[in-house]
Amino acid sequence: MLSTGTSKPSPKHPRTLFDKIWDRHEIIRNSAGQSLLFIDQHFCHELSFHAFNMLKRRNIKVRHPSRTAAIADHYTPTTGERPENFSSLDRFKLYKTLESNATDHGVEFFGLGDDRRGIIHVVGPEQGLSLPGSTIVCGDSHTATHGGVGALSFGIGASDVSHVLATQTLWQPRPKKMRIKVIGRRPPHVSAKDTILAIISKIGTSGATGHVIEYAGPVISNMSVEERLTVCNMSIEAGARAGMVAPDYTVFEWIAGRPYAPSGQKFSEAIENWQALVTDEDASFDLDVEIDGTNIAPMVSWGTSPEDTLPITGSIPDPQKEPDREKRRALAGKLEYMGLKPGSALMDTPIDCVFIGSCTNSRIQDLREAAAVARGRTAKVRTIVVPGSALIKSQAEKEGLDKIFRMAGFDWRPSAGCSMCVGVNGDLVAPEERCVSTSNRNFRGRQGPRARTHLVGPAMAAAAAVTGRLTDVRKLERL
Amino acid sequence: MEPLVKILAKAVPLKQDNLDTDQILPARFLMMPRDEKYKTYLFRDLSHDENQAIISSFILNQEKFSDARILVAGRNFGCGSSREGAVFALVDSGFRCVIAPSFGDIFYNNSFNNGLLPIILEKQHVEELQNELFLDLNPELLVDLENQIVLHKSGFKTTFDIDPHRRERLLRGLDMIGYTQQYLKETEKFEEQYFLSYPWLSIR
Repeated sequence: MLSTGTSKPSPKHPRTLFDKIWDRHEIIRNSAGQSLLFIDQHFCHELSFHAFNMLKRRNIKVRHPSRTAAIADHYTPTTGERPENFSSLDRFKLYKTLESNATDHGVEFFGLGDDRRGIIHVVGPEQGLSLPGSTIVCGDSHTATHGGVGALSFGIGASDVSHVLATQTLWQPRPKKMRIKVIGRRPPHVSAKDTILAIISKIGTSGATGHVIEYAGPVISNMSVEERLTVCNMSIEAGARAGMVAPDYTVFEWIAGRPYAPSGQKFSEAIENWQALVTDEDASFDLDVEIDGTNIAPMVSWGTSPEDTLPITGSIPDPQKEPDREKRRALAGKLEYMGLKPGSALMDTPIDCVFIGSCTNSRIQDLREAAAVARGRTAKVRTIVVPGSALIKSQAEKEGLDKIFRMAGFDWRPSAGCSMCVGVNGDLVAPEERCVSTSNRNFRGRQGPRARTHLVGPAMAAAAAVTGRLTDVRKLERL
Repeated sequence: MEPLVKILAKAVPLKQDNLDTDQILPARFLMMPRDEKYKTYLFRDLSHDENQAIISSFILNQEKFSDARILVAGRNFGCGSSREGAVFALVDSGFRCVIAPSFGDIFYNNSFNNGLLPIILEKQHVEELQNELFLDLNPELLVDLENQIVLHKSGFKTTFDIDPHRRERLLRGLDMIGYTQQYLKETEKFEEQYFLSYPWLSIR
């Protein structure tokens, strides 16, 4: 038994932002309750070779090539835009495979030297490819980022990538709904990254499993688009399918004039439609969480899961105080991996390197926040700064941020990409090195075998760079 | 895809919460083609030390659990990245079923696309099962998808829930693209209406 998605629910039935976007994309629903969703926008990167191989085996062409953009970001070098900048021939070949797959299927390719290129989750919104109310997928778990402009956006695996390429649709069970309200006022020096880390440390890495999160409340609605993208980016770290913020004039103004965004009459029509993309007053959520933003402090992760996060003023937990045997063993294992002493203060822990970049924190606002701390100071440890896109790189250089970083001894990289967040392009943290990173995952081996990661926001990363220690950015001496 | 109806096979308990996809398949293997070596990447940094010597204490390296086809894992198994390679590595190593109290969402989805059955059981049931398997000299488990039952010879028996559409796909080894292409007409009709309603999305 199938029901068609064209039958509109009664207008009196209150719906959430998520419901409204889901309903308008539902083609059919099967008897098991799975919906076949229309996908507006799809992004591919170098690792989509599995999906293209699946199409090749079946001799299938991409159904709507103009709805996919192929953007090289995972394996690209950060030291330049030339083939010889790649750290190995294998990586260059992987890049060329993406290019040839895109060309074969008539998909637009953003490659080396193209000023539209950068990290997919930075470029999508920046180019106006990611629009409010649309469905967006990509074979990358941080696709939830695009929820920051009010899209329903989520990561998928290789088989689903091939399914989207072949059909421009995806079967999905309807997820549950969760609202996270951040009330109060965010204190100075507390970033969007601190906000999402505080949320994850409260609800845990499986706190939102099976749910789509709507971030709401005054702290969220007062955020810039860049900040909303940062918050939504780490929804997966709370286990969520997706995360989103209701689009408003902050978003509409930000989108206006972007290359792929609608313009003229179409843009006016779009805004009129997008304004209705808010949760109705009486709509209900399966889970409702409230956090007081006034109490959020700059956060630092200490363990090997993003939920292992504390305010910078906190102390490393002590396994001896953990009553459960399994948990005690797991905690001791984490501290051994991280090379940290139970009970010691996080503050002033010596570090070896700093990474400022990734789809979480490589946008212009992030670079400005890091530069404001770096200005007039000097890095005590190896610090690299990787812009999220070629356009952000140009903008940062126009504002002189690159000079501030260079004067401070930070290594300002000329080419955008995922870089040291996942390390597959060759930008790695050495074994047992302690890296303070603005990325999104502190898993074992994430930044390189036996690498130790501390997740922070951009200002906190710069503060760690100029002191060589985990540092409370609020306590840095004023220059 | 090979249909999956019943599995009677060795099961290995892996008592660790939040085993993320970077542990299942370290990122450096992501670029590798899926060939006969793919299975050797599974849990690589948990099963081998930095000199690539086998870590004998890692449970999958223990003789008793060799040839296991069922994994009984901890909370939030497969959290983290969307890499389907984590599922490829499990499947290529012979696994057809993972039992856990909860799963990473994308990993859970990816499993069905590769004939790997993810089963969610109550935490206490998972732990009970893990303890039985540790003690068991021949740690076999029966997973019956048709009747939605997990059975161990100690008397442990429990049913599990699964989305009926996904169950059907595994039972019949159904390929999704072929299935969806049946609905091409509905999709085209939908698109026509959709582009009329949201013209700014139709311009590309």
